[in-house]
Amino acid sequence: MSRIQPTFEKLKQRGGKALIPFITAGDPNPQLTVSLMHALVEAGADIIEIGVPFSDPMADGPTIQRSSERALKHGIALHDVLDMVAKFRTTDASTPVVLMGYGNPIEAMGWERFAVRCEQVGVDGVLTVDFPPEESHEAFGHLHRHGVDPIFLLAPTTSDERITQVAKVARGYVYYVSLKGVTGAGHLDLSAIAQKIPHIQQYIGLPIGVGFGIRDAETARAVSKLCDGVVVGSRIVQEIEDSNEEVVITNVARLVKELRLAINQV
Amino acid sequence: MRLRKLAYNYPDSTGHFGPYGGIYVAETLMGALDELRAAYEHYSVDPEFKAEFAYELKHYVGRPSPIYHARHWSQKLGGAQIYLKREDLNHTGAHKVNNTVGQALLAKRMGKPRVIAETGAGQHGVATATVAARYGMECVVYMGAEDVKRQATNVYRMKLLGATVVPVESGSKTLKDALNEAMRDWVTNIENTFYIIGTVAGPHPYPMMVRDFNSVVSKECVVQMPELAGRQPDAVIACVGGGSNAMGIFHSYIEVPGVQLIGVEAAGSGLASGQHAAALTAGKPGVLHGNRTYLLQDGNGQIIETHSISAGLDYPGVGPEHAWLKDSGRAQYVAIEDSEALQAFHDLCHYEGIIPALESSHALAYAAKIAPTMGHDKVLLVNLSGRGDKDMATVARVSGIEL
Repeated sequence: MSRIQPTFEKLKQRGGKALIPFITAGDPNPQLTVSLMHALVEAGADIIEIGVPFSDPMADGPTIQRSSERALKHGIALHDVLDMVAKFRTTDASTPVVLMGYGNPIEAMGWERFAVRCEQVGVDGVLTVDFPPEESHEAFGHLHRHGVDPIFLLAPTTSDERITQVAKVARGYVYYVSLKGVTGAGHLDLSAIAQKIPHIQQYIGLPIGVGFGIRDAETARAVSKLCDGVVVGSRIVQEIEDSNEEVVITNVARLVKELRLAINQV
Repeated sequence: MRLRKLAYNYPDSTGHFGPYGGIYVAETLMGALDELRAAYEHYSVDPEFKAEFAYELKHYVGRPSPIYHARHWSQKLGGAQIYLKREDLNHTGAHKVNNTVGQALLAKRMGKPRVIAETGAGQHGVATATVAARYGMECVVYMGAEDVKRQATNVYRMKLLGATVVPVESGSKTLKDALNEAMRDWVTNIENTFYIIGTVAGPHPYPMMVRDFNSVVSKECVVQMPELAGRQPDAVIACVGGGSNAMGIFHSYIEVPGVQLIGVEAAGSGLASGQHAAALTAGKPGVLHGNRTYLLQDGNGQIIETHSISAGLDYPGVGPEHAWLKDSGRAQYVAIEDSEALQAFHDLCHYEGIIPALESSHALAYAAKIAPTMGHDKVLLVNLSGRGDKDMATVARVSGIEL
């Protein structure tokens, strides 16, 4: 069973908002990924999103694309990412883990085998950026059967009709993209988010996380007021890129703590 | 003349060619694709749009392009008669402009003042920059940094036409990376920007729309062949990178029984070497760039780097309709190595006084391979999809000549 819903329920009881940091598996090197995951949790992460590296990350900006390229240089494949989650689970049985990436590596493994492996190693949710609900009934059926939540993106341009379609297959939470663009871009429009979130809530009962373009503690705090969780990706990946390996864990932990404190002030 | 026809009605309403095609993009692009689909559905049957498209093809592109009987070369090969559809004589020197005229006219009607494009060899970039100048639109072309080096003349051409050329430094720095970057631009500037995709790939409706705009090629052939050769060809041969010139010359013939359709992919240094771009011949189905199709990928689903002497064929995927034509058996796909394409390139220069594009030289090479095995009464129609002026530097380099 997925750990995502219980996590949001607990947060709701104490009036808290979820902090959802993103790192790419294998970046800066495969030996550090599990330690980074634990450091994220200690610094205050409620859910962890793990990027599965892909050769052609069309929806990502340059920061996350470079992290994907660094991971691929280490030869990281989907089965390695699953092994990392298994290792993480040996000492953390409770923090939800969501895999985020593109469909083709999963296609190559086969959706059923992937869903089985996710259940075995303790993956709670899967977000395949380029697989909309219309194309993927069979794929998401496999995830449902193995207790893995399919997570979907919603965009400022998503029509009500499509929100309804997403509502039928989505589990766990939905991920609202806070701007028109790729991951890591700027120009976040808070008033637009404030309008859109209640609108989405009319159609979908799930918690709503907001991401794309959250680059500092102040923005994280402002956004967290409007939704159930804040996803921070490019800013953390940038920190990983800018830090040498001896201090990367310390630096990432410091950043996530800042975000945590900011969100707690809400 | 009336043709006996087979039933063929693809894609379906959701953009699928059998299991291939579809719409595999991030949610951020869905709104733009809905808008495009609605606009294309409306204008593709609008008499005024069709009339303007036809007018532009005639007076600006120079259509219809002739078919030429390559008698001398056919005689040397000693078998089937080879006919060439002269897309190389179009304005800008290739079939690509058929599609960019169509999409630019659509962009104009949709009120988008800015067009973007990806390009490999630079032919689609030039064709896009050309129509952007013609219709007064801002134009940004994304091109892999590696291709920018290989195709300096086309880069300069685009700049002369007023386009901004952005070299893409990510990934393998070729066509697929340019495509990724163009998609990112589109997501970010969706309100004022029309993305002119240059081949029959990408999310629905692109594979259908690009095919439709290029199908003028086969519509002309169906009329021209009986006039020139007294009948329809035994086989139609075209090179396949993404596959737009091939879909263009195949389309009207799909429903004509007895006409074999042959797509020729780039075998690069040889299929066994791993240095090639033959997605249909050596790839596996998967999902990339918005559609399900055959892809060159490793066992973990990562897209692998491709090789071909011709930048226009250097792409790890292929249009989804080709994937379907292959699986359904209606078309056959073969692969030609760099060295074979070069031989055909030189032969056409030598025997016919025509300098073909290296892309088209792959189709010529396959025709040269099978023609001698066929009778003199057999007829092959090859799409001479582009002219070779852009390839002077490449051919000189592999011949050990410094220009």
